[in-house]
Amino acid sequence: MILKEIIELLDGDILAGKEHLDKQLDKSGASDLMSDILAGLSENCVLLTGLTSVQTIRTAIIAGVGAIVFVRGKTPSDEIIKIAEQNGIPLISTPFSMFVSCGRLHARGITGLDGSR
Amino acid sequence: MAVLKKEFHIHKNDFFRAGEASISIKNLLKALGIRPQIIRRVAICGYEGEMNVVMHGGDGKIIVEICPESILLLITDNGSGIPDIPLAMTKGYSTATEKYREMGFGAGMGLPNMKKNADSFAIDSVVGEGTNVRMGFSLTSKKE
Repeated sequence: MILKEIIELLDGDILAGKEHLDKQLDKSGASDLMSDILAGLSENCVLLTGLTSVQTIRTAIIAGVGAIVFVRGKTPSDEIIKIAEQNGIPLISTPFSMFVSCGRLHARGITGLDGSR
Repeated sequence: MAVLKKEFHIHKNDFFRAGEASISIKNLLKALGIRPQIIRRVAICGYEGEMNVVMHGGDGKIIVEICPESILLLITDNGSGIPDIPLAMTKGYSTATEKYREMGFGAGMGLPNMKKNADSFAIDSVVGEGTNVRMGFSLTSKKE
């Protein structure tokens, strides 16, 4: 699935990384624990999280995360959005909960970080 | 003999900037054309280390040495030190504070994850003096 389709599926707003709308993303991980993302096969994944701290963005840059989706309508500060923009990390905000966001992506064929369904 | 050596300072309790040094290292390795799988492992180890220093260390530094066949990462701080290293290396063991947990860390995964990602790993620590972590990455390593 490409980023644009993920945004539509999650009724999301894009906060950073508009130039990446055609990026292909096929796996996802949902966590508020950045340690899990750093320890997992998170390269080019969609990270679903409720954590809007600057360390979410740094984790994504370090681990090579493909896009971050903030659930329950959360949005990080402008300063944090700027860091994501500078580092080419797309940021999406969805009104859906973590659970519903996961369900919507899973139903459309997105796998877990290890490729499991 | 290192071909290139760079040193970055890590500031105690500077949670906002933590990770900047590792991102600089990542960009440096990228510019040098190092394989992405190796860059990712170096960056993860550097970042976990930086977060540890910010949290438990005093001030510290992260030194990267790029050699013809390997990359060395040395993370050193003058912080509180680790009384029981085997315990600190246990997955799930953590002494992190609430502030650290709010940033998504403190799950007791940092040191084990560093050991997992590096090709060689050594740690020594003196309580009240500080901690040194030394990691090596082979440029020919097939590890993912």
